[in-house]
Amino acid sequence: MIRIEHITKSFGYFRALKDVHCEINEGEFVSLLGANGAGKTTLIRILATLAKPSEGDVWIGDVSLKKHPMKIRSRIGVVSHFTYLYNDLSALENLRFFARMYLIADARPRIEALLTDVGLAPRQHDLVRTFSRGMQQRLALARALLHRPNILLLDEPFTGLDINAAGLLKELLQRLVREEVTVLLTSHDIDFALDYSQRILLLKNGELTIDIPSASADKNDILRILGDK
Amino acid sequence: MAAFRQIFAILRKDLLLELRSKEVLTTMLVFALVVVVLFNFVFDPGAEEVKVTAPGILWVAIVFAGNLGLSRTFAREQENGVIQGLLLCPIDRSYLFVAKVLGNIIFIFLLEVVILPVMIVLFDVHIGGAWPMLLLVLLLGIIGFASVGTVFSAISANTKSREVMLPILLFPVTIPVILSSIKSTAYLFAGRELSEVWSWLRVLVGFDVVFFVVCFILYEYVIEE
Repeated sequence: MIRIEHITKSFGYFRALKDVHCEINEGEFVSLLGANGAGKTTLIRILATLAKPSEGDVWIGDVSLKKHPMKIRSRIGVVSHFTYLYNDLSALENLRFFARMYLIADARPRIEALLTDVGLAPRQHDLVRTFSRGMQQRLALARALLHRPNILLLDEPFTGLDINAAGLLKELLQRLVREEVTVLLTSHDIDFALDYSQRILLLKNGELTIDIPSASADKNDILRILGDK
Repeated sequence: MAAFRQIFAILRKDLLLELRSKEVLTTMLVFALVVVVLFNFVFDPGAEEVKVTAPGILWVAIVFAGNLGLSRTFAREQENGVIQGLLLCPIDRSYLFVAKVLGNIIFIFLLEVVILPVMIVLFDVHIGGAWPMLLLVLLLGIIGFASVGTVFSAISANTKSREVMLPILLFPVTIPVILSSIKSTAYLFAGRELSEVWSWLRVLVGFDVVFFVVCFILYEYVIEE
């Protein structure tokens, strides 16, 4: 379980997150919605240990993110609009490198399986810079899943993807949820969030204003709240 | 042991990328050669003043060319936000520093290995049996320089004027290392007693240790958000 305990994040006088508090259950697929600048990426960065909260803490199981960020890192996978991939390494070399960084013993079968899953096995020896945006994003997903994380954080992963790549990503996400991986995804796509996720969180001006099951969420209500000044 | 494997993985990846592009080494080497050749036109080979100025010329070539290499330390990590990908890995930030410093030391040492024979031939310098000691001085000289340079490179990587910012930060701080390296090299070029060289070498080792330890500790705070 992820327990976000009264997180506040300030950049100088600007408060990007204001007392955000919620819990995400194991194996749950949660969508985090919000307008640009609402604080979605900041929250994801904090959960990914890339930023420290100004106040509050996050607990993953019984591990405090503030006290033991290293332990958290080996349990989470992150996909963002950045791919975190080296352009001048091949797909295989990138995954091999990150497998070494995650200290994965005998990573070869895992890498081969992931490359097949994301449809990049035939291009595994090609440099990443020769890949399209969609292919790079699929490889980024493979990188994020390399160490079998039980939490997957996705920050607007559909940015720049064509229909086929987006479809493949959705398929993979559904499979991960079946495998009990906890998924927290930020998106601007309300329809996707309502159709695929089990819960909707909505951030507005750094505050968590909605936390409801998708089944009881109403698209018009969400649009109205997002549109309100 | 795990940390060694991670450090080695980063080092191996950096060497592979450099082997593939030859971007850093070529730039450093061409620049250092230009400096040495230009100074060669100024002084007559074998002239007495060469013994005095040659160590300075050698280190000017090394530190300015080294600065070019250091400024590229995080260039590949800037693309696609790879630096964040590295920070997501379960590795202590300080070990990232160790890996990057080792990479920079290897690149600059390779530069020295190429530039030194050119220097010796062009300036007609006689080293005699002091080769091992000279290589030790060259190695020690770049440990402190690369340590500070790696941290400042991380700082300047996020600034708009990174190429200008790095030397402005780096050179004033590394003066003690550069000075003791030049002095040690000068004593070796002049064929002085090894006991005299040791006096400067001890200073060099002292600054290397201080700079490496301070940078090792500071790096975690520099690389954070």
